[in-house]
Amino acid sequence: MSDFTSPFWSLFVAGVTLVSIVACALLLVSMSRRRVSSDPEKTSHTWDGDLDEYNNPLPRWWIWLFWITIVFSIAYLTLYPGLGTYRGAWGWTSTGQYRSEVADAERRYGPIYARFAKMDLVELARDPQARAVGQKLFLNYCTQCHASDARGAKGFPNLTDDDWLYGGEPAMIETTILGGRNGMMPPMGPALGEAGVRDAVNFVRSLSGLAHDAPAAARGKVLFATYCAACHGPEGKGSTVVGAPNLTDSVWLYGSSEATLTETITKGRTNHMPAHKELLGEARVHVVAAYVYGLSHPQATGVLRVKSTP
Amino acid sequence: MSASPERAGASRPVPIRVVPAPAAESVEQSLYEVRRKIYPRAVHGSFARSRWGLVFATQLVFYGAPWLAWNGRQAVLFDLAARKFYVLGLVFWPQDFVYLTALLVVSALSLFLFTAVAGRLWCGYACPQTVYTEIFMWVERAIEGDRPARMRLDAQALGPRKAWLKAAKHGAWIAIALWTGFTFVGYFTPIRELVRSAGELAFGPWETFWVFFYGFATYGNAGWMREQVCKYMCPYARFQSAMFDRDTLVITYDRARGEPRGSRSRKADPREQGLGDCVDCSICVQVCPTGIDIREGLQYECIGCAACIDGCDQVMEKMGYPRGLIRYSTENAMEGAWDARRIARRVPRPRVLVYAAILCAVALAASLSMGTRAPLRMDVMRDRGALARELGDDRIENVYRLQVMNAREEPLTLGLAVRSSAGLEHLEILVEAQALELEPLAARVIPVRVRAEPEHRHGSLPIEFVVTARGAGRGEAPLTLVEKSRFLIP
Repeated sequence: MSDFTSPFWSLFVAGVTLVSIVACALLLVSMSRRRVSSDPEKTSHTWDGDLDEYNNPLPRWWIWLFWITIVFSIAYLTLYPGLGTYRGAWGWTSTGQYRSEVADAERRYGPIYARFAKMDLVELARDPQARAVGQKLFLNYCTQCHASDARGAKGFPNLTDDDWLYGGEPAMIETTILGGRNGMMPPMGPALGEAGVRDAVNFVRSLSGLAHDAPAAARGKVLFATYCAACHGPEGKGSTVVGAPNLTDSVWLYGSSEATLTETITKGRTNHMPAHKELLGEARVHVVAAYVYGLSHPQATGVLRVKSTP
Repeated sequence: MSASPERAGASRPVPIRVVPAPAAESVEQSLYEVRRKIYPRAVHGSFARSRWGLVFATQLVFYGAPWLAWNGRQAVLFDLAARKFYVLGLVFWPQDFVYLTALLVVSALSLFLFTAVAGRLWCGYACPQTVYTEIFMWVERAIEGDRPARMRLDAQALGPRKAWLKAAKHGAWIAIALWTGFTFVGYFTPIRELVRSAGELAFGPWETFWVFFYGFATYGNAGWMREQVCKYMCPYARFQSAMFDRDTLVITYDRARGEPRGSRSRKADPREQGLGDCVDCSICVQVCPTGIDIREGLQYECIGCAACIDGCDQVMEKMGYPRGLIRYSTENAMEGAWDARRIARRVPRPRVLVYAAILCAVALAASLSMGTRAPLRMDVMRDRGALARELGDDRIENVYRLQVMNAREEPLTLGLAVRSSAGLEHLEILVEAQALELEPLAARVIPVRVRAEPEHRHGSLPIEFVVTARGAGRGEAPLTLVEKSRFLIP
């Protein structure tokens, strides 16, 4: 109602509502009895000269039901917001109800999460109940990017291996989920030029033992030390402080082909992992973090045993 | 009421007569009537016995079923929170709601069938409104006495005796009503838990509401509303009249035999006095729970309880006349003075046969489908976020979620396989081994990965997941389900 700039519509709605209720009451009074000529058994409606209509009265308690609806509507409109901008005696709002239901849910599920909150992540990853809860949360909130099996997709990291952009220690996983991450590889095309990019691509491929052009890689090594080593380290092993990937292993966030690497280096990459502290709350993030930790530590938890069929 | 002769010449202008309103004679007319309380007299006889038989049969089931145990749980329990509905050995899921539809269709067709054959049998013998009214009237009779005693009591001014009798009656009614409400809730919350929480006065808000609401409805409908529920509230009461035909058995007063009615001495020969068999004792009116006079013919208020048949038969016996002045008969039979055999021959008529055929077909189809219901359900959903993954060795991986449901009360072990009709080679499926052990009555999401060698194929290719489920029983053949999906190759 606050959307209206003038109070007219509020008064109009309230007026129409109240007038309708009063009209209902008047209708009830005027329609419950009436005067007829002579025979009270008949309505004194006569059709086609001699066809009389008989009075078939409704049970009297029906009229009480009508009165009850009128009383109910007045009580309702007094207690709840219904008359224009009037807020109602109980001050009910839909957002208030939402908040109280959320609080109810917190009260109900709080004890379960309170037990989990006391356990450290490694311990929690072995707890079957926590794992079931964690998997449900993961399937709801994480799989859009990291996929149902948590092995990620192009641009979204695989969470089941031991390669971590920001570190795979239990506490670090939790920090990542709580605060989110913004990964930014700047576009190096303008600085390196087309030939420079080609040399850098060959050097990067040489780091993980992929096919490469040795003279180009040697030129690239010089460029790497100048332009890339600040984040990826002098040996290309990356840095979990800034989230720069290790370039010497076989794990590739976007792909290792020459075309993909050329695009990555020329245009840069921007990655965004949203923060989940506000959305899920710390208690739930703790359980998801334990689930994620468990995914990459199958020996520790005994969770994963891959089975293939013939 | 009769049609006006003026109607014959429709095209002629109708002369309008102006009648001055007779103001002096006008009377006040109420459009709402006060209910006249009905005091049905107790009745005994074969129909009263059948009615009581059905009261015991239905109420034994209603009050007794929640106390039965099955497989270590309540035999009949509708667990709304978990959305699982247990009926003896069967467990229904929301996906099985089609069986509720089948049950309702079977109930409706049974109603049609019974009504076409013998009128409002449901209303007269089995409807909860009739059954609870019967119980409440029995309590009323036991405390306040039969019809004349009750009428006398209500006419008296309120004294200690009347106050005590009324309090006792309502107390007994409320006790029965609350027990009914409690039993009703016991179908949704395990009744033994309810007993425990009743002892600690620790009902949940909804349980409290439903115990009292259902109890109040029972008390109000069976104690106070009674025939008004049938007359003003019940839709089935009205539409059953549309299922009657001229061969439907309804409770009928044999006018030809009974009229002219009149009282007479038991020894006198009525034929000499010019009288029919009806002695005009009004017993049929006094026993009627809806307060009608069956001698006026079939009326919409008649619920077909046959109390008037029992009442009249007793009088006929006392008078030494043959029974059946009021009896189940049909319109055709009354007109043609048919005997019972001839009436019976008209029972298998097209309307009845069609109802019976559809009823049997629906019941048979529902039972067959229920008997062959798969204890395992599966749904395959491709991951939408990750379209396809390139593995280093030219293979492609797709990720799926298998939504599986074990509808059995025993654990199942799953076996997974994947195949392709599009000739995809080297298909492989990977899954957590542990995820394949499915607990009883569990619904679970299992993430799986499928790998294939594309061999220059592109796009979306059909694949099939084959799931085999094996229960604990060794000898049992495994159950196989096939579910289609697509495999994406970039």
